[in-house]
Amino acid sequence: MTAQKNQFSEVPFSTTIDKVGVEERISRFQTRSIKGPSKIQGLFMVLSMIDLTTLEGKDTPNKVRQMCYKAQHLHDVYDGLPTVAAVCVYPSMVNVAREVLKDSPIKIASVSTAFPSGQAPFEVKKIDTQFAIDAGADEIDMVISRGKFLAGEHEFVFDEIAAIKEICGSKRLKVILETGELATLDQVRRASDIAIHAGADFIKTSTGKIQPAATMQVTFTMLMAIRDHFDRTGKMVGMKPAGGISTSKLALHNLVMVNEILGEAWLTNEWFRFGASSLANDVLMQYMKQVTGKYQSADYFTID
Amino acid sequence: MTDSNNKWEYAPSLEGTKHIQLKDKYDLFIDGKWVKPSSNKYFDSINPANEEKLAEIAWASESDVDLAVKAARKAYVEVWSVMKPSERAKYIFRIARLMQEHARELAVIETLDGGKPIRESRDIDVPLACNHFFYYAGWADKLQDAFPHRNIQSLGVAGQIIPWNFPLLMAAWKIAPALAAGNTVVLKPAESTSLTALKLAEIIEASGLPAGVVNIITGHGDTGAAIVNHPDIDKIAFTGSTAVGKLIQKAVAGTAKKVSLELGGKSANIVLEDAPIDQAVEGIVNGIFFNQGHVCCAGSRLYVQESIADELVRKLKQRMQSLYVGNPLDKNTDIGAINSKEQLETIEKYVKIGINEGAEMFQVACEIPGKGFYFRPTIFTNVAQSSVISQEEIFGPVLTVQTFRTIDEVIQKANNSPYGLAAGVWSDKGSRIFNLTSKLRAGVIWANTYNKFDPASPFGGYKESGFGREGGLHGLEAYLK
Repeated sequence: MTAQKNQFSEVPFSTTIDKVGVEERISRFQTRSIKGPSKIQGLFMVLSMIDLTTLEGKDTPNKVRQMCYKAQHLHDVYDGLPTVAAVCVYPSMVNVAREVLKDSPIKIASVSTAFPSGQAPFEVKKIDTQFAIDAGADEIDMVISRGKFLAGEHEFVFDEIAAIKEICGSKRLKVILETGELATLDQVRRASDIAIHAGADFIKTSTGKIQPAATMQVTFTMLMAIRDHFDRTGKMVGMKPAGGISTSKLALHNLVMVNEILGEAWLTNEWFRFGASSLANDVLMQYMKQVTGKYQSADYFTID
Repeated sequence: MTDSNNKWEYAPSLEGTKHIQLKDKYDLFIDGKWVKPSSNKYFDSINPANEEKLAEIAWASESDVDLAVKAARKAYVEVWSVMKPSERAKYIFRIARLMQEHARELAVIETLDGGKPIRESRDIDVPLACNHFFYYAGWADKLQDAFPHRNIQSLGVAGQIIPWNFPLLMAAWKIAPALAAGNTVVLKPAESTSLTALKLAEIIEASGLPAGVVNIITGHGDTGAAIVNHPDIDKIAFTGSTAVGKLIQKAVAGTAKKVSLELGGKSANIVLEDAPIDQAVEGIVNGIFFNQGHVCCAGSRLYVQESIADELVRKLKQRMQSLYVGNPLDKNTDIGAINSKEQLETIEKYVKIGINEGAEMFQVACEIPGKGFYFRPTIFTNVAQSSVISQEEIFGPVLTVQTFRTIDEVIQKANNSPYGLAAGVWSDKGSRIFNLTSKLRAGVIWANTYNKFDPASPFGGYKESGFGREGGLHGLEAYLK
């Protein structure tokens, strides 16, 4: 990825979005039949796409250690399960995660740029990002300045993302739009276009701190932005819905949507992630039900 | 990175057929009883998805039609016209509820007999048919409120002839308002799709509706002609082709029969440059591929503003790739089977004409089942207004695409058709939508959506698309003096 730097003026003005039509389209993804081998494959993919997340003020090093262990050992009583794609923590916890994960293929994603509000001076955001990278983060999940975006200062938002991407270098940058604060799908689309053109490797719906988070409507809108970018430039951008996806069913509906909008090339954790804290265990329960025929209670799955 | 092994196939999910009850042979439902046809002739009804025989259907002759009309007249004079309207309402409500109870069975039979995807018969046809009965049941005892300052009188016996594209739904569109207004009915379903109308007859039988109020007789064109020409029928309601509609119009000229005709269409779907393109693409897909394009109001002529045409057509082709064509009973199927061999041949004939006319064809490269009648979703670009394929109704999953530069131009082109049933307009700007909708000569116009139906909304056409309205209060008025 040695693309030359884009200019803000190159961000395209995309088509408008009709919410009623979006909802109608989404209802079609929800009626595809996913069962048997198709469900097993789907759930396996979901597990491998999870960014196991803890982003609490009350996080302790020990909680992060436990989560990192769980990330590598989802359910050891059954062989052949994948690991999650990554763990996602605050910058201050990245070194703890690195100690546990060492050179494991599981990535360490760190939120940054004064997550979740983004209300900090630009210099602080840069330091925040550099700190996370120095501590061993593989991926950076930044937030955009929603205040500036809503005030119409789109170029400011673009420049901020571009500057953070510069700090990231080859580390992959996920740009959190916090769609719950953007109010309309047209705004979500505009923010997606800006993030993609400013250098985002992934676009991500939410911090998980604001409701609504990753609704299918906003994920759909962002996937269309990725699709259009790909059709125009041939470049793939990843997608990460985060927040509110806690059941297997909803996760599978999201996968159907990715499959039908972007195609199978995106059905890998290189290009699609779920940001979630409680999704993994629900998927494990459903997965075990599919492969063993037995439906076990939540007590048989470790919480972290 | 783009060539990966992440192929993810959905699970085939066939709707079960064990719960449905189909007889091997169906007689005529006349005067509350199942009667053998006087000719003793039967014809086969087949499943267009696999060409297997489903049942034998009675072929009613002129004398059977006469029997049905006599039963309907007797029921009209002695029972239905003198019954308290609130009592009539109860019967209609009861039919609606029984239909809901049998919804799953009706949906499966509709799909087996007609080839439409189970997703559509389950989510659209059957619920909408039930809702028509509910809606008109509510009006039965409020006719005086619906039409104030009028002496409300029913017409008498209605002869109703319906098409094969929405068999049960069309039966509901016809029967429910007729009964609510106090008329009795002789209804003939299309020969290729009689089964759900016959199931409806069983439901009506179970509802305890007085004998003769609804008579359902089956047969081919000659049976329909016998209904149209019967002297003791007060009203003919027909939905079907414009060619047959013209014959009916001629046949009833000079008689006292009232007529309403809902005929063909070649409806324009117009996308302006400020439209929400991705949703417009979805609307175009729903407009032309819904029910395999066997929809009289299908948005079969697409007009796209020049500045967005390339992008829109590219996106449309992309979207078409994710349509599932196949077994109509599979819940994943988006596009099912073509209703009959004849219709498939008609579609193939038009596609050949399109190619010969020099239009550019795009078809989805999907696999289709070896047996049964299927046709791949097809669009033609580079089409002229004067092309046969953009003038004549194809009644299949075939779309013609033309571009336009100015609003005046598209209004002219959209109206430049012998038909005038429906139209669609896509724009982000309300003022542009209202400007267009007031100038398009079509009975139904959708804005930023397509193929949406509701019992409360009137439906019908201009010009060769017919006259008279069905649905809503307009639909009720068609059955009153």
